[in-house]
Parts: sequence; C-alpha cells; structure tokens
Amino acid sequence: MSKAIELRNIVKTYTRGNQKVEVLHGLDLEVDTGEFVALMGPSGSGKTTLLNLIAGLDNPTKGELKVAGENIEKLSGAALAKWRSRNIGFVFQFYNLLPVLTAERNVEVPLLLTNLSSAQRKKNVAAALQLVGLADRAHHKPSELSGGQQQRVSIARAIVADPTILVCDEPTGDLDRENAEEILGLLQTLNRSHGKTIVMVTHDPLAANHASRQIHMDKGRLVDGSRTAA
Amino acid sequence: MKYFMLIWAGIWRKPVRTILTMLSIVVAFLLFGMLQGVNQGINSQLANNNGNRLWTISRMSQVQAIPIGHMSRIKTVAGVREVAHLSFFGGYFQDSRNSIGAFATNIDAFANVYPELRITPEMVQAMQTTRTGAVIGKPLAEKFKWKVGDQIPIGMPTMSNKAGSNTYMFDIVGIFDPTPEIANSPLGTGFWFNYDYFTEARAFGAGSVHQYITTITDARKAGEISSAIDKLFANSPDETRTQTEAASLQAQLKQLADINFIVNAIVGAVLFTLLFLTANTMMQSVRERIPELAVLRTLGFSSTSMLVLVLSESFLLCAFAAMLGLGLGAIGLRGLGTMIGITAIPTIVVVMGIGIAALLALASGLPPALRAQRLNIVDALAGR
Repeated sequence: MSKAIELRNIVKTYTRGNQKVEVLHGLDLEVDTGEFVALMGPSGSGKTTLLNLIAGLDNPTKGELKVAGENIEKLSGAALAKWRSRNIGFVFQFYNLLPVLTAERNVEVPLLLTNLSSAQRKKNVAAALQLVGLADRAHHKPSELSGGQQQRVSIARAIVADPTILVCDEPTGDLDRENAEEILGLLQTLNRSHGKTIVMVTHDPLAANHASRQIHMDKGRLVDGSRTAA
Repeated sequence: MKYFMLIWAGIWRKPVRTILTMLSIVVAFLLFGMLQGVNQGINSQLANNNGNRLWTISRMSQVQAIPIGHMSRIKTVAGVREVAHLSFFGGYFQDSRNSIGAFATNIDAFANVYPELRITPEMVQAMQTTRTGAVIGKPLAEKFKWKVGDQIPIGMPTMSNKAGSNTYMFDIVGIFDPTPEIANSPLGTGFWFNYDYFTEARAFGAGSVHQYITTITDARKAGEISSAIDKLFANSPDETRTQTEAASLQAQLKQLADINFIVNAIVGAVLFTLLFLTANTMMQSVRERIPELAVLRTLGFSSTSMLVLVLSESFLLCAFAAMLGLGLGAIGLRGLGTMIGITAIPTIVVVMGIGIAALLALASGLPPALRAQRLNIVDALAGR
C-alpha cells in the first residue's frame, strides 16, 4: 500500500527565550493512504507539534518529512501554503469558522485559492454541505449553529477542495458525547467511503476507538502504534 | 474580486466600530471637500480673472464714494480702453431676508468690460430705452422666478429716494446667461440697473460711484497704468487706489482672513488626528482577528495574500468613507456656496482627496498588514 505520510528521524526544537527545547526526538512514522490514525498521549507529549509538521504548518528542525508524495520540509513558505491548500484539510477543536460569514461562505474559503468559477465553487460547497448533512443551514452564520453543526461546517470546509489528507486536532474536544459520536461517524464515513487519510489528535479513548490505528506518544517519542479493528 | 467577501467580512466584523470610524473619515473629508473646495475655488476664480481689468476705488476705503467726474479723466490715460463704473447697495426683495446685490452702472460700458456676463446688445439697448430697466443673471431670475417684463420693487435700506421711501421700482428688461465660472459670483447674481435713473431718484449722494472698472490694452502695463490713474487724483480730496482685479480681490479676502492658511491648518489637523484614529482601529481589528487570520494561513493563503487582504480592507474603508465625505461636501457646497459664488468642489480637490485617502489607507493599514503577513501560524493558533 502507498504511504500518505512518511517521517524519518524527525527532530523538532523550539527556542523559548534563551532556552532550546527539543519536543520531538528523532521520530519515525508511516501512515498508509486511506488510513485513519488516532494520535494519543498526555499533554506536552508532542502530538500537536507532530500534527503541525504533518500538516505543513511548521518545519522540522531535522529529518525527512514526506506527505502526500512531497518532501515538504524543502518547500518555501509560499510553496508550502499552496501545497497545504491542495493536499490538507483541517478540522480544529474550536471549529475556527469566520464569524461574519455564513456556513456556505465559510466552506467556500479554501476554494477561493483555486481557479474554479463562482458557479463551480457554489456547486462544490453545496455538495460538501450535503455530505455533512447541513444543506439546510447553508445561509446560517456560525453563531446561529450548535457546536456540533459548527464542527460539521468545519469538516465541510476541510473536504471541499478534495484534499487527500485530513488533520483533526481534538475535533470532539468541545462537544458532548452525542455530537462527538456524530462527528466521529462522519470522519469514519469520509475515511471509508471517500478514501480520506485521517490523522486525528485526541485525548479521548472512545474517540480513538473510531480510528483504524492508535499511536501513543510520550515525551516526544512514539510508544505504541497498534492497529485496531475499528 | 473573489476575495472581496473576505475583505468585506473583515471590515464588518465589529460593525459599530467600523461605522464610527467611517463616520470620522466621512466628516473629515466633508470638511476637507468644503474648505478646500472654497479655498481652491477662490484661488481658481482669482487666477481666472482678466488681467486686463483694473479696479479703482477710493484710497480711504472701498465703501467710500468717489466722484463720477473721475471717469472722463481716467479715459485720458494712455492704454485705457474702456471705463465702467458701479455703485453697490445692499438691496432686498419684499423681505429683508431676501437679500440681493443691487448695482447701479453704465450698462453699455459694463457689458463690454465683463463679456463673461454675456449681456447682449439687445439688453443694453433695452436698458438705454427704459430708464427704470434692470438686467439680471439667470441664477437670480430662477431663484425668484422673475421674467422679462416683471416690475420689481427693490428695497435699499441705506439709500432713501427723493419721495422719502427706501423702495425703488425696476422693470426687468433682460436676463443674461453668465459663464459658469462667474454665474454664482456677486456679478452673476447681481441686480443691475441704470446709474442715471438711480442717481436722479436717490435723496443724496448724487454724482458719486463706488468703483471704476477699467479695461486696458496691455496687461503687462497694468502697474504703469494703475499708477498713472492714481496720479491723476493725487493730493485731491478724492484720492484713488487702482489695482488689477485679482490683486483687489486678494486684498479684500486678506481683510477678512488668510483663508488659505486657516483652511490648511484645519484640514491638516483633522487629517493628522484621523490618521491615528484609523491606524488604531486597523491595528485593533487585526489584533482581534489573529486566530482567524491564522486559520486562513492554515487553509493555504500565502503571507503576501494576508498583506494584500488587510491593506485592501484599509483601502476600501478609507476610499468609501472619503468618497462619501467628498460627495456630501459637494452637496453641502452646492447649498451653502451660492453665498460666496463657489458651488462645486473643483476637480483638483477631488483628486487631492482621493490621494489623501489612499495615503491614509496605506499609513494606517500597513503596520497591521505587515503584522498579518509575518504571522506565525503555530503560535497564532495556540493563542501565543
């Protein structure tokens, strides 16, 4: 099976004041295309740092980082931004929708970076909202939607440009159990029916159970990467 | 254009703040448009004045009368082409609130020295055959809905007639159509009647005028001819001061105030304050939206896009409000400017306004735009 993500000897060091802090210590990781991986571990274990590297939001201090077929550690800022827009969909814990825009306008934002016509963008937005079950809420602003609905809009925004990889940072962290289950079910559908590779950071073991593999981290190292039956 | 929704969303994230900022810009550019409009309009009118025209008034003051006999002597000066005279009175129609600039003149010469008033030979002839005749400009005729043939009573509080009344009756014999540059000036809006009729009718002051207007053959000799005219009456009880029309108007304005300095000082202070206000608003707006801007960067917007987005917000806000302000200024000037003869904001002021709005947008938008451009996504998403 082809690899969606390949990390070799990844080291990440932050400089805080005069101090250098190494948060990832020579990580190696492979994620197959179409896999749903849950990244777990205690706070400060380096989960979000790893997710940021995979998503091309940050550069490793050392190591090789191949994501969606591209060695992204070699890309410049502008090239990396372009790469992100084509290959990565993001789902945040607090949805991070633009409050002034309606749901459909929020979903349209990633498509502004494409060459699609206005009509085609509208069509794609409608399809994405349909997929997350919010076609009837297209004209509502985030403040008029529940937390679960806002996260669905956020997922629609993540998939509207049809990226190969979805990175989700605690996507159910701000939701009650019922809404969390719906979101996780939606992510599973995107993984199984639409072939999206998903990397999800979570503290919640129940959420992690929806993934096909759980990777545990501690103090900047991988401690376990067993596959599950989910 | 497809990014417009993001720019628009950024502007209206805090509607009250945006409206208040816009109002500040609107008021500033309203002031700018009206004050600079008046200033530039005056400068332009002065610049447009015919260099071949000299004004002669009493050396004592402009309101001091000088003898009508001066006219024949002025005509003897070499280089003088034609001499008209005028006497001005604050008149009114029916009610003292309907004030009118009432002028007695020798209409044949006057029509020649002010061709821009476009007083036709037929009107001159009508005035000469109707002693009580008067000609008026189109703006005044439209204001009071007067037409040729109307008999109009004009009150002149400072000049009673031999019958003991302050009201003089006139017959409108012509309505002239002045050029736009002069249409709203005191000349264009004046009520012009025969000096001969008036000087006979009035109770006192017969045989005197307030001013002579002389056209000369060569504008380059204006100084020389002015001196020659004033020399004629030197050491007499009625000494004169002769200047070019532009110099006379400037001197009159200087008696009121240095309008240029006052206008520039006010507008400068307003725009300087506005710069800080707008810059502060933009900084605050971007500071509040750091997480949202980080999301845009996450989705694939480049750092240059962020710079352009924030600068565009600033430009849109400033340009829209400035144009609105200038538009309101134009409307205001149309209403109020008739009193000073300037009813439109000159194009140069509109161009200056747009330029200042662009500079304001750049100066106030650049610091937050650079901040947005240099945004570190990871730190911004983490709220650091």
